[in-house]
Amino acid sequence: MCSDPDTLAGLSWLWCYLTTGKHMSMYWAFGTVLLLLAITAPMALLFGFGGASAARSKFAPARWFGKTYIAVVRGVPDIAFFLFFVIALDQLFEYLRHQVKCPDWDRPIRQGNDFLVCPQAKLPLNNAPQWVHESYGFMLAVLTFSIVFGAFAANVIYGAMRSVPRGQMETAEAYGMTPRQSFWRILVPQMWVYALPGLSNLWMVLIKATPLLFLLGVEDIVYWARELGGQKTPRFTDYPHGDWRVWYFLALLIFYLCFTKVSEIVFARISARLSHGQATAAGEAQRKAA
Amino acid sequence: MKKLVLTTALVALGSTAAFAQDVVRMGTEGAYAPYNFINDAGEVDGFERELGDELCARAELTCEWVTNDWDSIIPNLVSGNYDNIMAGMSITAERAEVISFTQDYYPPTASAYVAMSDSADLEGGVVAAQASTIQAAHVAETGATLLEYATGDETLAAVMSGEADAVFADKDFLAPFVEENADLMFVGEDVPLGGGIGMGLRQSDTELKDKFDAAITSMKEDGSLNELLIKWFGEETTTY
Repeated sequence: MCSDPDTLAGLSWLWCYLTTGKHMSMYWAFGTVLLLLAITAPMALLFGFGGASAARSKFAPARWFGKTYIAVVRGVPDIAFFLFFVIALDQLFEYLRHQVKCPDWDRPIRQGNDFLVCPQAKLPLNNAPQWVHESYGFMLAVLTFSIVFGAFAANVIYGAMRSVPRGQMETAEAYGMTPRQSFWRILVPQMWVYALPGLSNLWMVLIKATPLLFLLGVEDIVYWARELGGQKTPRFTDYPHGDWRVWYFLALLIFYLCFTKVSEIVFARISARLSHGQATAAGEAQRKAA
Repeated sequence: MKKLVLTTALVALGSTAAFAQDVVRMGTEGAYAPYNFINDAGEVDGFERELGDELCARAELTCEWVTNDWDSIIPNLVSGNYDNIMAGMSITAERAEVISFTQDYYPPTASAYVAMSDSADLEGGVVAAQASTIQAAHVAETGATLLEYATGDETLAAVMSGEADAVFADKDFLAPFVEENADLMFVGEDVPLGGGIGMGLRQSDTELKDKFDAAITSMKEDGSLNELLIKWFGEETTTY
């Protein structure tokens, strides 16, 4: 039915238009964004937890590492981080592989502006199928997002750890718990309620930061909205139309609003659950209501 | 060149596995019709797609197309994420300091102004151009206020919405829009800019450059390049 779009009108035209291969790529991009969030959020949380634990460690080098990580990554603009860091990270991986795989290589790796490792060290290999290249780009994106958002999460968690009432830790010590035991059994379970508002903020910012993906060569929904919505002349497409970007961006607006709304509801539930039995204002209110 | 060197080395050793390495990754923007664009099926299409595939066939290379944002198209080439650029990129001295170019496969042609009315002020008004292009550099040198956008589409949208008085771009990019849209017209004189459009490669990749140069020469000689130019840019376009 879609073979001759000129003869179509109304809904059938719209149906054919919205199911072109190009639109399918856009629908896939929604999946890409959701997958990125699903992997990045726990990773960033892990990085944040590690960074915060390191920053409050009694072992000085770990403390320095944690504090430097938090300070440096928080201080560098995201866009600079994404443009510089990813290319540098990619080159670091290739350099390390080059050292292992091509010890006999005699030509310089840096030639003027060019970065040249031996073909076996390329990541991914040049002859790898396109999906491997895309997955690799996606993986780099996940790693970069995790490092950036991990630093912010580390600061939030660091603050949350310090907010747990001192009396709780003293009681733990009085019961004869080792520092490790009191950390895992007392501090960690109680800190989440303090960390949650900051973490939910970060999650919202992360959702909205996904268009940065295109800087890393991953085609995200904003890229497709701009590409599909742009003016199309009949010479290059079967579905010519004017500047429709406003409609595409409207669809994105609704998507993001719904997504953040759902997130808010989920966070409210988690918060209520975590406050249960806590010595905080919210926990106290729950106790009185019960 | 890495691939080619390896191929040569392996062939010298009598191995046949070498050919698997021979994939050349072609970088393009995918947002500059008729040079390159994404068609309805979601694939790279356009003059450069057809030309590039033919060049690869003549040079006996296996090629694969990759799209990349215009702004970071050169950094990603030199760091090795793909092997060449065919994205309507004019040969300029400034770019040639960073990457090398093959001979031009598209002759030096005119850039032009498009506006909504004849009276648009090209010297003192606001002129839109795509960022990091020779047209943007040219506008910056005239008295006009330069308004830069990431893609060509957006420069035209800026004129239609009244944000800019005129847009300055490759005439061949603008022509289809002017044909289609009664509100738009060419204004002022055409301006010859740049040294033609060539394929960009890493400066160290001399062997690949030679292969593509030879393929372009052969297409110029047998007239097939002219046929492609006429097919995509119309009868009036400049040919070789």
